Amino acid sequence: MSRKRISLRQELPLLVWLVFVWGALWQNFSPGNLLFGALIAVLVARIFYLPPVELGGRFNVLRAVPFALIFLGKVVAASFQVLYLAVVRGPDVVSAIVAVPLRSHSDLLVTATGHVISLIPGSLVVEVDRSTSTLYIHGINVRNAEDAAKLRKEVRDTEAGLIRIMGTKDELSALTQEIAA
Amino acid sequence: MMQTVLTVTAVVLSLAAAGAIVRIGRGPSLLDRVLAADVLLAIFGAALCIDMAVNRHLNNLMLLVAISLIGFVGSVTVARFVAERREGARES
Amino acid sequence: MNPETLIDAVSAVFMVIGALMSLAAAIGLLRFPDLMSRMHAATKPQVLGLFLLLAALGLQMRTWWVWPVLLVAWLFQLLTVPVSAHMVGRAGYRTKHLHPELLSSDELEAVVQKAAQQAATHGVDDD
Repeated sequence: MSRKRISLRQELPLLVWLVFVWGALWQNFSPGNLLFGALIAVLVARIFYLPPVELGGRFNVLRAVPFALIFLGKVVAASFQVLYLAVVRGPDVVSAIVAVPLRSHSDLLVTATGHVISLIPGSLVVEVDRSTSTLYIHGINVRNAEDAAKLRKEVRDTEAGLIRIMGTKDELSALTQEIAA
Repeated sequence: MMQTVLTVTAVVLSLAAAGAIVRIGRGPSLLDRVLAADVLLAIFGAALCIDMAVNRHLNNLMLLVAISLIGFVGSVTVARFVAERREGARES
Repeated sequence: MNPETLIDAVSAVFMVIGALMSLAAAIGLLRFPDLMSRMHAATKPQVLGLFLLLAALGLQMRTWWVWPVLLVAWLFQLLTVPVSAHMVGRAGYRTKHLHPELLSSDELEAVVQKAAQQAATHGVDDD
């Protein structure tokens, strides 16, 4: 069985996350407990080997914080939109399935975009075409082509935000060129 | 004040649970029922959460996580099963 | 107003709104016409509802070390809810649980038909 060696740097986010979960579950963040958690995290990551997630190699915290706040606001908006639609529109609600081609071909970004899209107002991922990295999105309350275009722009904007946070350098430069053009 | 909150949330959650149970009973397809069962589990989770918040303990926290995991595993399994069964029907 | 009552009031509001979110999900389940729109109702209010209830719990406990575990519980839900919604939606689409008259456009249909034709001619096992 051939295993591609992964560097510690690539593994570090996973290990930090595992140690954080360990500390949270024990509800104890004392250094001794964290050290033992780190030991177990390394053991788990070595024994239960999974294919490494290919990270872009950069993470922009300054972009991530506003993105997270806007995301939280959108989650709130999504719930109230569903409440409004359920109470006011009810059975007459009209939806559409919209194909949205994404810029990035990295699995991580497509997955992250899909997750965020599923949680913000009025959209759910129905199908993913990995070869062309196209998301097929079910939008609620999409009555005409104009609404569909709005939904498509929303998805592309979300992806742009995620690329700015953790996309690779190539994707980022492609994005800035696209916006400048 | 906590007593009022408890009463209000109890009424609201009971109504919500009744709605989800009606959908489980009526749901035209299996997937509708699974979805409604998932919502019912989420309502149980909400009730556990409110109990913990009002009485200030954390005994049910792991139960809460377990319930949401059961909902997740259950709906994924059933969705998988439904999709598989149809593929099989097409081939035969 | 002293901080104790303020914290109590905030968490009381959070709890009531969180419970209302469950009711929103139930109303959506009952009133929406097809499986796909019911999925919207089942997923989105759940996430906000659990967030508000966990925040109320954290406020009521008044200790800092519960916040990480509450955050972990919420993040797990954030990761699992879209996955199960996607799986149910995909199965629903493939088993024709869709009512075409409720859709204003369907850009997936042509792709699926093409793939089905290809699978029929080549016998490709796609997943």
